[in-house]
Amino acid sequence: MQSAVIVFPASNCDRDAATALEKVTGRKPLMVWHEETTLPKVDFVVIPGGFSYGDYLRSGAIAARSPIVRDIVKKAGDGLPVAGFCNGFQILTEAGLLPGALMRNKGLRFVCRPQKLQIVNGDTMFTKAYKGITEVTYPIAHFDGNYYADNDTLRELRKSGRIVFKYIDNPNGSLNDIAGICNEAGNVLGMMPHPERAVDPLICDSGRGGTDGIALFKSVLEAVR
Amino acid sequence: MKAIIHIGLKPGVLDPQGRTIARSLAHMGFEGVTKARQGKTIELDLSSDNAETAKLEVEKMCKQLLANTVIEDYQIEIVE
Repeated sequence: MQSAVIVFPASNCDRDAATALEKVTGRKPLMVWHEETTLPKVDFVVIPGGFSYGDYLRSGAIAARSPIVRDIVKKAGDGLPVAGFCNGFQILTEAGLLPGALMRNKGLRFVCRPQKLQIVNGDTMFTKAYKGITEVTYPIAHFDGNYYADNDTLRELRKSGRIVFKYIDNPNGSLNDIAGICNEAGNVLGMMPHPERAVDPLICDSGRGGTDGIALFKSVLEAVR
Repeated sequence: MKAIIHIGLKPGVLDPQGRTIARSLAHMGFEGVTKARQGKTIELDLSSDNAETAKLEVEKMCKQLLANTVIEDYQIEIVE
């Protein structure tokens, strides 16, 4: 599987994402600068965390209008698997690939800690390799992670199984404890927690999730094979 | 001419920053504040000399970038 990681000014999890992808797929991902207009031919795209464009205007707002994201929107529409973590999730909602918006945390604090999550839908191309495991821990690190959508959207997400991850002990005020959702076709995932930071026991010890993130990347690898 | 755009959270969308501002004002002794909502203002200098078409253009800018209409409302003011 050939993957790509998109790099914006002030992305800061691009190398974490690259390390996770290389570890799981055995191939270095292509690092694609945001000013590129066309995505190279790849099987999976990660939009990494960080503070693209200094969070100016709204988190993810400027990045969502960059040339490369226009091409990602087009190719995601054709079925290309795309995952956005943290700032990547904010960019995906701002680009209209996922519904809703990420607002300032309810407690008005930046939250940075290991976070327990429930896998609500283990039957997606991002969660299949968890094989029935329903609780994982990934690090979270965000200021604007408070998921908001109107009632109709929330109902629709629930009904169609598109809520993929929920927080156990909500850290930011997200409606319905939502931590991660996917699009209707199931090929675009956005989530605030960082699975790419939970792939190495040296960085993330077992009490803090250890290598809980690996199966997410493995799921995609198995799905696109 | 100038466009002055006021952007704020839609009614019903929780605004923790506004709530904190109201609380802080109350702590300072300003007792008359029952609610605060925080927004932002964007000022654009425009080369256009037609207020009507300028407003339509700014409307497009709001929808496409300046406001996130999932959570925000906006008001456009065109001034000479």
